[in-house]
Amino acid sequence: VRVQVYLPIADLPVNIFLILGMGIAVGFISGMFGIGGGFLMTPLLIFLGVTPAVAVASVTGHIAASSCSGAINYWRRRAIDLALVFMLLAGGILGTAFGVWLFTFLRALGQLDIVIGLAYVALLTTVGALMVTESVNAIIRARQGKPIELRRPGSHAWFHGLPVKIRFKRSGIYVSAIPVWAIGFIIGFVGAVMGIGGGFLLVPMLIYLLRVPTATVIGTSQVLTLVTMASATVMHAVTNHLVDALLATILMVGGVVGAQFGARAGQKISGERLRLFLGLLVLAVGIRFAMQLVLTPDDLYLLRPAEGGL
Amino acid sequence: MRGAALIVALAALAGPSPARAERLIASLSNHRVMVTSSFAGDELVLFGAIEQDQASRPRRAGYDIVATVTGPRQNLATFRKDRVLGIWVNYDSRVFENAPSYLAVLANRPLEMISNGETLRRLQLGLDRFALPQRAAATIAEDAADDPFRRAFLRLENKRGLYREEPNGVTFLTPALYRASIPLPAEVPIGTYEVDVKLFADGAMIARTNSALEVYKSGFEQLVTAAARDHGLLYGLATVIMALATGWLASVIFRRD
Repeated sequence: VRVQVYLPIADLPVNIFLILGMGIAVGFISGMFGIGGGFLMTPLLIFLGVTPAVAVASVTGHIAASSCSGAINYWRRRAIDLALVFMLLAGGILGTAFGVWLFTFLRALGQLDIVIGLAYVALLTTVGALMVTESVNAIIRARQGKPIELRRPGSHAWFHGLPVKIRFKRSGIYVSAIPVWAIGFIIGFVGAVMGIGGGFLLVPMLIYLLRVPTATVIGTSQVLTLVTMASATVMHAVTNHLVDALLATILMVGGVVGAQFGARAGQKISGERLRLFLGLLVLAVGIRFAMQLVLTPDDLYLLRPAEGGL
Repeated sequence: MRGAALIVALAALAGPSPARAERLIASLSNHRVMVTSSFAGDELVLFGAIEQDQASRPRRAGYDIVATVTGPRQNLATFRKDRVLGIWVNYDSRVFENAPSYLAVLANRPLEMISNGETLRRLQLGLDRFALPQRAAATIAEDAADDPFRRAFLRLENKRGLYREEPNGVTFLTPALYRASIPLPAEVPIGTYEVDVKLFADGAMIARTNSALEVYKSGFEQLVTAAARDHGLLYGLATVIMALATGWLASVIFRRD
């Protein structure tokens, strides 16, 4: 049995079962919480020795695969709001293109590693802390027997009243397209720079900001993730030539298998607890990155290939 | 077995001798190294002989061999981290231009015992004396052996196993027959490698010869690398199609309704 596999783009020999195992483990978590799991996979690859640039570019392909299998399941249950997907995409593609451009720029500047690290810390600690607080409150409320109110009809934030109002029939909401585009842009941008699908960001944004009902939110998020990550893969391949197809394929196979078991496990746990676990996980990864940025590194120097011209 | 093959190869190599004091002969066990998906490093054998004729004087201290193997050239940046507002960022950097991606210096004893510092410097023998020009370096001391970036660069390359100096990497089988192994780690870069062998006697270089080897990726790895570099769009689309197919297949296999 050939255990070592040489990754052609990462230029690194790796243990095939280790990568496959990582794919299954992250896939399990992604299936359990209905997220892509890129925010776990990218750091894992970086810790393994893959350069951040190759890790980010390759994980986009892996997330495309896991969100594809999720999207098909939701499609069968007609739990996808296509109109909302198209509106989010309008901003998403633009955000992805801008993200890939920034990625290329920072890479040339030699600061890509730091920016990816900082972005992880800022995003993960904030989102993780919010999720933990929210789910703990929900659990306490449920213990006290108070009703859980996620959706309050009639309550509108200022941005719901902006111009270009659109009715999204399947989700049953009537909002301005401007915040929808903005959310799409943020998700596409963050995904391209950080190698994450952004599902753990998009789902709360859709629920709390746009008041999209829970019935359509996960399916809609999966389709959006699929399209932004597929286009990010192509754009990374065209501009940076850093997508390791072999690495992405091994991750994909592990990921889709793990996701199926994760989804079954997830159905046995209540929503609040699930959000609490996910929040703690997100927070832990964020803190791990923060420590890496703050603690004195083992080696103050590092090597990176440099481009030919100045 | 290997010894027998070596003798046969040497016999084939030893042609009619010219009218020079010493002639240095070198050959490699293999001139082409293929990197496959299961490549975990390799080791090449450099072997050769020192041919003497009537004109050669007896050498008091015997012969010394120094072999320098240089891999394909590339530009490499060395970053130095520094604390800015409490976090560690890549603060300063130097670009080493046309630095060999692989550098091995093999000798039969410490270089300082083979020749004097002046000669070693002139011939750039040893990691500390190998010229590594930096791009747009601010100071003239850019090539000084104690430049911190240069030191860090050598140390990091050494840690990756790509730069190495082995004072006992060459063994003399007989006073005129030598052998050295060139270790190629798993991360060995693709391209043409030059092998430069120098013969020393009594502290002076008296002969040199060179050879070359090629490290190349096998069919599949080569295909992937070339596709990623030359056909980015098609490569990206192929990866996405692969992702869609995997996702679709999983949803079919694990369908529950």
